[in-house]
Amino acid sequence: MNPALQGLVTIIIGVGGCLAYFYFSNQLLDKVLLPAKGPNAGRNTNRANLIRPWLFLFPAVFALGLYLAYPVVATLWYSLTDRNQGGAFVGLANYRQMMAEPKFWEALRNNMLWLIIVPAASTAFGLLAAQLTDRIKWGAIAKSLIFMPMAISFVGASVIFKLIYDTRPAGQNQIGALNAVWLQFDGGIGSFLILRLLPGALMISAAALALYLAWQAVQAIREKGMGAAAVLRAVLIAVMLYIAYATLGLAYGAFTNVHPYGVPQTWLTIPGWNSFLLMVVLIWIQTGFAMVILSAALRGIPEETIEAAIVDGANPFQVFFKIKMPQISGTIVVVWTTITLVVLKVFDIVFAMTNGQWETQVLANYMFDKLFRASDWGVGSASAMVIMLLVSPILIWNVYNARKEMR
Amino acid sequence: MAELKLTNVAKTYGGKVDVLKDINLDIKTGELIVFVGPSGCGKSTLLRMIAGLEKITGGELQIDGQVVNDVPPAQRGIAMVFQSYALYPHMTVRENMSFALKLAKKSKAEIEQAVTRAARILQLEDYLDRLPKALSGGQRQRVAIGRSIVRDPKVYLFDEPLSNLDAALRVATRIEIAQLKESMPNSTMIYVTHDQVEAMTLATRIVVLANKGIAQVGTPLELYERPENEFVAQFIGSPAMNLLAGEITGTGAITKVKLHGGGTVTSAVPTRDSDIGLQVNVGIRPEDMVETSGEDYAFEGKVNITEALGEVTLLYFDKVGDNNAVIGKLPGIHADLRGKSVRMAASPDKVQIFANGQSLYYR
Repeated sequence: MNPALQGLVTIIIGVGGCLAYFYFSNQLLDKVLLPAKGPNAGRNTNRANLIRPWLFLFPAVFALGLYLAYPVVATLWYSLTDRNQGGAFVGLANYRQMMAEPKFWEALRNNMLWLIIVPAASTAFGLLAAQLTDRIKWGAIAKSLIFMPMAISFVGASVIFKLIYDTRPAGQNQIGALNAVWLQFDGGIGSFLILRLLPGALMISAAALALYLAWQAVQAIREKGMGAAAVLRAVLIAVMLYIAYATLGLAYGAFTNVHPYGVPQTWLTIPGWNSFLLMVVLIWIQTGFAMVILSAALRGIPEETIEAAIVDGANPFQVFFKIKMPQISGTIVVVWTTITLVVLKVFDIVFAMTNGQWETQVLANYMFDKLFRASDWGVGSASAMVIMLLVSPILIWNVYNARKEMR
Repeated sequence: MAELKLTNVAKTYGGKVDVLKDINLDIKTGELIVFVGPSGCGKSTLLRMIAGLEKITGGELQIDGQVVNDVPPAQRGIAMVFQSYALYPHMTVRENMSFALKLAKKSKAEIEQAVTRAARILQLEDYLDRLPKALSGGQRQRVAIGRSIVRDPKVYLFDEPLSNLDAALRVATRIEIAQLKESMPNSTMIYVTHDQVEAMTLATRIVVLANKGIAQVGTPLELYERPENEFVAQFIGSPAMNLLAGEITGTGAITKVKLHGGGTVTSAVPTRDSDIGLQVNVGIRPEDMVETSGEDYAFEGKVNITEALGEVTLLYFDKVGDNNAVIGKLPGIHADLRGKSVRMAASPDKVQIFANGQSLYYR
């Protein structure tokens, strides 16, 4: 049979089977088991109503149990056994082996980078797009365009970006957009402005912002005194000082690095940069999601509070940061954590673009490597458990916040 | 502390739809001006134009002699209280009230002093650190007022501030606003409402808006006793003034009007000799009608329905001829009048005469 036909048949059987289950199980309950007639009609109706939710939930609960809860337990067990010894229990040996591998730490480090940058960038861009598209006539078109990547699979998006990052030998036409742009730079004034001054200035302003935030925290400690909050603020100051130091270092690099002008670059093999190039793919996809949710939240803000702020003398920036942002903070947290969950599980993009080579490994791809390439179920399951441990707290927080939003 | 002058102010949407035109108004320092009018008459729009939230598309608005058409809201020296209070939900009462001052970069001591003063006036001292969601409707309303007091504006603008409150609270808050006005005799206030009672009790002068323009400006009692036109006559007072069609039969200091299908009324509105035979509408307020058994009555009609409210009884008469349905309001309880034929009269100084919708008193 033609595969497309097979797919159609599967869909019909699947959907029809679901409908048949709900219809006939309901009929069975109402007509046969607890009929609403005779002397016990009232009692039977009440009991049937108590049973019905469970009857309808059963398929979902069963499937989730079979395909989610059982695998978790099984994975935990596998992570404690060794295949080479016929599945014998080996305690935490797999975890120890994994910890000893530099590739695991590379994956963990990369995952942390993804975790910080992708949700932050997606949410920020989404918020920006939501705010700006709400105010223009063709905003709806802009929104659909920004949302479009959501409809593309991660692998499809990876293929698109692989073409953008593609490299041809010097002298041939570059089919990769990034290299085509890169070859326009020749070390002249334009190159200085765009490749040195612009990133350098950006980094310096980022450092200034970090220092300013640190200074604000210092002021707050002075004003509000010591306590638990002061400890948090001290941590914040330390982080901000580190960021300022790091960004100043990058700014120095931006002005002093020697660029190989005129030579096509194999972007995905440059350690340090390539991870960011992979992140761009996910940011490109997730910005649309953030924009749609945040745009709805922005529209929910009462217009009169904005007008009141205008009468109070707030400029557009103050209206946005002091009136609008705080009112949608709950939604921002939900969007942020939802994207974080996607990021922690990111696999397809890395798999399709670099397969974890050139220091781009992430946990999910590491797990796939161990489990299906090295056929080492012990270490593979152990890394799966690590992913689950990282995801769970964020998932719980996400659900908690989403519920709070709904109230 | 401020005078407002509106000269030929107009509002047009998209260059086509006229909402307001030729609004001319002088507001003096210390006045409380109330804008009233039916829904959609543009009273809120006019207020928002004064606030600077809507663009003025024609004419000129002056505050203290300075044209402010293109001055942003914050620099007009106005403060506005919104119908929905528009409190910032993420800020405490204190932060809500100090927001404008913080934006204006006032010193901390100054802000503290202004907030404390406003909180004392509005009895909000115990609630300063609460969020708006932890306050009752009346308290929220007071915070909204407090937010404008701290800025010490030249002009206060109120956009239907009481319409979100329940009936009892509305009365209490109305009295609070009246007291607030009394305690700040130099502040100018503009107040938009669709509630006549608020307009009558609070206003120094009332501006009735209708049909894209001003129908009449005057003190509450001027509007009640001497309406300039039929619209104001029927808009102010409840139930609305009865309008009865008739023909002038006697002129002079006292005018006689023979009503179609009724008796003859005399009015203290003076008329000219040439007015004899003029087709007019006679306006009599329900509460000015008295029952009479004599021959000198305005009309006689069968009482269709009575509504005894205790202090007064409303009488709904059957239509007399082609006249509108007439309503009478008698003091006391008269439920027994239902189904009977009753003669009603009114004292001449309470009877208005309108020709072509305009009062003959003002020509």
